[in-house]
Amino acid sequence: MNTDLNQILDKYKGDATRLMDILTDIQTEEGCIPSDAVAQLSERLGISRVEVEQTISFYHFFSQKPVGKYAVYLNDSAVAEMKGRTAVAAAFEQEAGCTFGSVTEDGVIGLHNTACIGMNDQEPAAIVNGVVFTNLTADKAKELVAGMRAGKAVQEMVTELGDGVNSSDLVQSMVKNNIQKKGDVIFSTFESGSAIKKCIEMAPEAVIDEVKSSNLRGRGGAGFPTGLKWEFCSKAAEKERYLICNADEGEPGTFKDRVILTETPQLVVEGMIVGGYALGAQQGIIYLRAEYTYLKKYLESVLDDYRQKNLLGNNIAGKEGFNFDLRIQFGAGAYVCGEESALIESAEGKRGEPRIRPPFPVEKGYLDKPTSVNNVESFAAVSQILVKGAAWFKGIGNDKSAGTKVLSISGDCEKPGVYEVAWGLSVQEMLDMVGASNTKAVLVGGPSGTFVGAKDFSRKICFGDLATGGSVIVFDQSRDILETVSNFVDFFCDESCGSCVPCRAGNGIIRSTLDKVINGKGTKADLEKLTELGTIMKAANRCGLGQTSFNPVVTTIKNLPEEYESRLQEESPYVPTFDLAASVADSCEYVGREPNL
Amino acid sequence: MSEQITFTIDGKQCTAEKGDTIVAAAKKNGVYIPTLCDFEGLKPAATCRVCTVKVNGAPTTACSATVSQGVEIESNTEEITNIRKAVVEMMFVEGNHFCPACEKSGSCDLQALCYKYQMMVPRYDFTFPRKELDATSPKLLIEKNRCILCKRCVRSSITTNGKSLFAVAKRGNKTVIQMDKTLAADLSEEQAKEAMELCPVGAILKKETGFVTPIGQRKYDAAPIGSDIESNA
Repeated sequence: MNTDLNQILDKYKGDATRLMDILTDIQTEEGCIPSDAVAQLSERLGISRVEVEQTISFYHFFSQKPVGKYAVYLNDSAVAEMKGRTAVAAAFEQEAGCTFGSVTEDGVIGLHNTACIGMNDQEPAAIVNGVVFTNLTADKAKELVAGMRAGKAVQEMVTELGDGVNSSDLVQSMVKNNIQKKGDVIFSTFESGSAIKKCIEMAPEAVIDEVKSSNLRGRGGAGFPTGLKWEFCSKAAEKERYLICNADEGEPGTFKDRVILTETPQLVVEGMIVGGYALGAQQGIIYLRAEYTYLKKYLESVLDDYRQKNLLGNNIAGKEGFNFDLRIQFGAGAYVCGEESALIESAEGKRGEPRIRPPFPVEKGYLDKPTSVNNVESFAAVSQILVKGAAWFKGIGNDKSAGTKVLSISGDCEKPGVYEVAWGLSVQEMLDMVGASNTKAVLVGGPSGTFVGAKDFSRKICFGDLATGGSVIVFDQSRDILETVSNFVDFFCDESCGSCVPCRAGNGIIRSTLDKVINGKGTKADLEKLTELGTIMKAANRCGLGQTSFNPVVTTIKNLPEEYESRLQEESPYVPTFDLAASVADSCEYVGREPNL
Repeated sequence: MSEQITFTIDGKQCTAEKGDTIVAAAKKNGVYIPTLCDFEGLKPAATCRVCTVKVNGAPTTACSATVSQGVEIESNTEEITNIRKAVVEMMFVEGNHFCPACEKSGSCDLQALCYKYQMMVPRYDFTFPRKELDATSPKLLIEKNRCILCKRCVRSSITTNGKSLFAVAKRGNKTVIQMDKTLAADLSEEQAKEAMELCPVGAILKKETGFVTPIGQRKYDAAPIGSDIESNA
């Protein structure tokens, strides 16, 4: 290994809870985590090698084998497939001379599949050494490989820049914001510093009361009342408290946090500072998914700007004893880390396995201290609530869902992108808004959400009906819904943390049963079995992943049964899972016998 | 004396100490709740999920959740029994369990639960995955075909210089238990024995001795799993 491990370890003070950062630095420098690094880390951190490896092997972007000097991570999620990923992948393979999941013999180019990278409105997209390339075509893939062969710097291969802050000096990315509709809360006017000014005039309890009375519910998808979470955390006995911003948006089809953090990070940072004040927390963490590493320099500059204005750090805004600072913690490719207790485990340098609850993070969270984890958009909303008031916020949306929601809309529509709408919009109104026609189905809330067909297009996007963390994917009549379902099933098989039996094994059973149906070997009984499995997984799994991962299958069986019916066999006492004749064909040929079945 | 609380399990009036886990509280009242990953003295992991119960209607794991005053617990209902049986079946199909050839047969908790729930053929298709057999340690054999990833070994105090011998690797359906090869070389006889005894199935086996306990004298040969607890009812 060429990297000076001691230097990296010193940077994080040899702290084992910063293992994610240590591994990220090694992976970035070396293109892998070599075995001598594992041995040295084991030595220096006082843990066994298998303990170092258990963290490494959990995360998609850590690898013990070299990933290539140029490591191409091409999104393989459903919408990427819909937008022509297959041709792009073929071009990469042909030009590079290796297949996905491998590295060229000379070690120069590595091709890797990766789950949704938060670019669904500009797919196919790939990340190469941290740099994002969007709207890829076969030709662009060829150009990229040629550039790699010529030894170009990856950033040099970015030929056009995206809109807004994406083109700024600190970002220099071709990613587009695609803000199609600005609403009253997130993408509206905000004066930097105004929320902090307002909060320090109030008592911390009054800040929590204001958030509570605004009826703001968590924007990550679960919808827990933000003010209530803050109140629980503020009442915890321990005084050392933490505040975490969940910027791990991994739900396939979601990209609104990326846009919020690009265009209006001040709202988020200020919401966190307000939260720090309200909870009496001294330290905040922005847990940012590794896919958004390209925003690192820019976001750090935003934090520096706040520090320079004395709005972050000690005695914030001149308020004696109001001390709060923030750091960015990167993930490394694990969907389950969007679950708050898994996120905390990950931020502590461990495998992102959801914790047993209770105790809840508000009692025992980061480093076992009271911790509130809130979504990017929730923090952004808090800033506006402080300035404009809870009553103003409650006036937007409907009874159960106050305020606006930023939706990430992609798939078969004319105008994919980000839309900030008041809660309560019907699916049909949403389709009209994005220019979707001839629609067969809509997936609201990502794979862990609900597939709805035309008969349900009058349903409303809000809590109590179709709740969503922001992901909305549109499918037109030409789409085979089971292809998409199949893609999501693979996703959950891989992204399960592997702890709970009904999740680890259950998703595999969904996989094999769905294959049986897709291959024309399924019966009605298989669909009933899948639906029953869903109820078992919902009751018996620990976290939101295992309690919803059957949704792509179960909600399509319920809402789009016609997608299955044509593939089913007539009911009979025995339908083999596999093609018996094909299975014995090789051996029959070998012994010179005709299959006699 | 700690605070006594009352609650019900399937309608039966029960008494326990505040802070008891539901599994422990049930045991005191002669009610058996099946467990696999749970092991006395180890922090609950709640990974196997066979102890799933409903507390006031909400599902939770009885090995990790504690009882509270007045709660109504559902355990041996048709719904919960079906869930437990399904979970046992899932463990069976996600691994390669061939009881007749296994040294732990008769002393295996998973096998005992299969009998308890009268599993004939699992409702799910077998997956016959390819799994590794790790025989690198001079003292232990790790038979991953049988491992149910309960993490008892990972949570145990089997360490050398404070470093854990076992850890989990990978994720999803590729998750496996790994034994640290450098540490395994220095394992003591007692540690090897402890590791084997911790394992609820036949995944961790001590080398050099085998099939010591004859059929007829194994853990569940005389009476089914949980019957010792139920006989105290």
